[in-house]
Amino acid sequence: MSMKIAEAKTKLKKEPKPKKTKQPKPKLTKAEAWERANMKVKDVLSSLCFSGPSFLGVSVFFILPFLVVVYYSVIRAPSNPEFVGLDNFIAVLQNSSFQTAAKNTAMFSLISVPLAVVLSLGLALILECRIPCKSLFRTFFLSPMMVPVASVVLIWQVIFHYRGTLNVFLAHFGVDPVDWLNSPYCLWVIVVLFLWKNLGYFMILFMAALNNIPKELLEVADVEGASAAHKFFNIKLRYLSPTVLFVAILAIINSFKVFREIYLLVGAYPYIGLYMMQHFMNNTFANFDYQKMSTAAVLMALVLVVLIALLFKIEDVFGKDVEG
Amino acid sequence: MIKKRYFARFLLTLLAAAFALLFLMPTVLTITNSFMTQSEISANYGQIFTNVTGGEGKAYISETVNLKFIPDKVTFSQYINTLIRSPDYLLKFWNSVILVVPIVLLQLAVASITAYGFTRWRGKVRAFLFFFYVILMLMPVQVTLVPNFLVSQWLGLINTRWSIIFPGMFAPFSVFLLTKSMRRIPGSLIEAAKLDGSSEWQIFKDICLPQCRSALYSIAILVFIDYWNMVEQPVVLLSDASKQPLSVYLSTINTSEVGLAFAIATIYMVPCILLFLHGEDYLVEGIAHQGSVKG
Repeated sequence: MSMKIAEAKTKLKKEPKPKKTKQPKPKLTKAEAWERANMKVKDVLSSLCFSGPSFLGVSVFFILPFLVVVYYSVIRAPSNPEFVGLDNFIAVLQNSSFQTAAKNTAMFSLISVPLAVVLSLGLALILECRIPCKSLFRTFFLSPMMVPVASVVLIWQVIFHYRGTLNVFLAHFGVDPVDWLNSPYCLWVIVVLFLWKNLGYFMILFMAALNNIPKELLEVADVEGASAAHKFFNIKLRYLSPTVLFVAILAIINSFKVFREIYLLVGAYPYIGLYMMQHFMNNTFANFDYQKMSTAAVLMALVLVVLIALLFKIEDVFGKDVEG
Repeated sequence: MIKKRYFARFLLTLLAAAFALLFLMPTVLTITNSFMTQSEISANYGQIFTNVTGGEGKAYISETVNLKFIPDKVTFSQYINTLIRSPDYLLKFWNSVILVVPIVLLQLAVASITAYGFTRWRGKVRAFLFFFYVILMLMPVQVTLVPNFLVSQWLGLINTRWSIIFPGMFAPFSVFLLTKSMRRIPGSLIEAAKLDGSSEWQIFKDICLPQCRSALYSIAILVFIDYWNMVEQPVVLLSDASKQPLSVYLSTINTSEVGLAFAIATIYMVPCILLFLHGEDYLVEGIAHQGSVKG
């Protein structure tokens, strides 16, 4: 009895298998199989012909050296390749200048990224409202993106200097002068510069996304008497969520680039509130401190990957029902 | 009701105009100030730029700073000084050109064939590779500079232009954008060419590239601005001051030459502004097509 059941069971288990393997492989003659394999090899070869140079370049200049960077981050020194585990990471995390740099960079991103998303969306919405000279305004808003930081840095210095224009202007209202670049306010100055440069670009992204919202949906909402706020939060924002994600990612990446503004504005040794990640990295480069620079680079890469994955996840949850 | 709506639109226009003023001001000020005489500049901004050297105070220096839109006396002397008497700045400008132009051209060349490879042949491995390019694109300079620095050291490229040009050539940014725009080319076009017996190279050259012309232009502008503006790479990779591009050099400008600085700053933004005015529509279209990182 039990033998029979066992036999039946094995039969049941075995039976569906051959069917599955048979279906995707209709009988091929040798010539056909040969041709198919040939095609595949040909495909790979021709795609390599086009993409190969780039793979090679990316491997040589980014990937292979990055693997070495990872290797450097877990050994004692290039001359003394002894595995030390997480020692380097602990040392870097406890390094006070790294802490300052990480804190400032994180603070800056935390302030500037949400502001950039909200303000650029606001600008896009203003331009959506059929105001006159729309394309002229678009040009004006986009123009800072084209202006090299180095070119306008002189004007920024004039404005934000202790005896600069901003303080002169504020003095009319009885505000005491503030040393903008050498006080805790400095981060806000850089936030302003960052927004000035990036808002136009993000605005264009939002304008394109607003254009892609199905018009019928908004018309139906109009007919049913939905309020503007309701339309914005329940329809537009839903459709904009992939763009919000994209802008947030771009803003995060660009927020790491403000070193340019800071370096050109106040040089390599700024007020402590403006000491950014890149300042820390520059010091490690200057001292050829391979351990520190590798470890910091690996740490940053990890943080960024986690951050981006998190943003993707959030967008997945939020914009699930509109993405077809 | 209608009146209310017009009023709201009027307010929005005012708001936009205020923003536009803020956005334009620094650029316009830099340009107009470049037409000032040296004495006017030291009178207006002396407080700021002489601080460092402990100004000698020959001329009248205003107690506070005067930011002026229109100079008292329009002069081209700063430009003449820059162009004729201080070839140093022209040399730095030239440094910028020979760094940025090769990067733009090479990056676009590499990216367009790579993008074609990603468009024509799909598969799991290639999808993964493409994803990898996206991740690499999203990495900040601080991360990618370390590998670049190491390679440049191994290859003995430190302190040469190639240490910036090579990584720039293979930067994944334009691969990503070009692949996205090539994937929008209708497949039937390519299939038809294939049936006519065109080789892959011919399809690439005669169909894909012309179809992507506006995308190529907008990407070229984006890459150009990005590298024209670079500070991090030259600071780390080019320790030799004579090879530094103008973007870095402008910040080290001598305080006695502030007048010149405005003129140089203006010259430095001229290529960007010309590109922008000529290609704005392509640029806007190019940015708009970026859409999202997915897909």
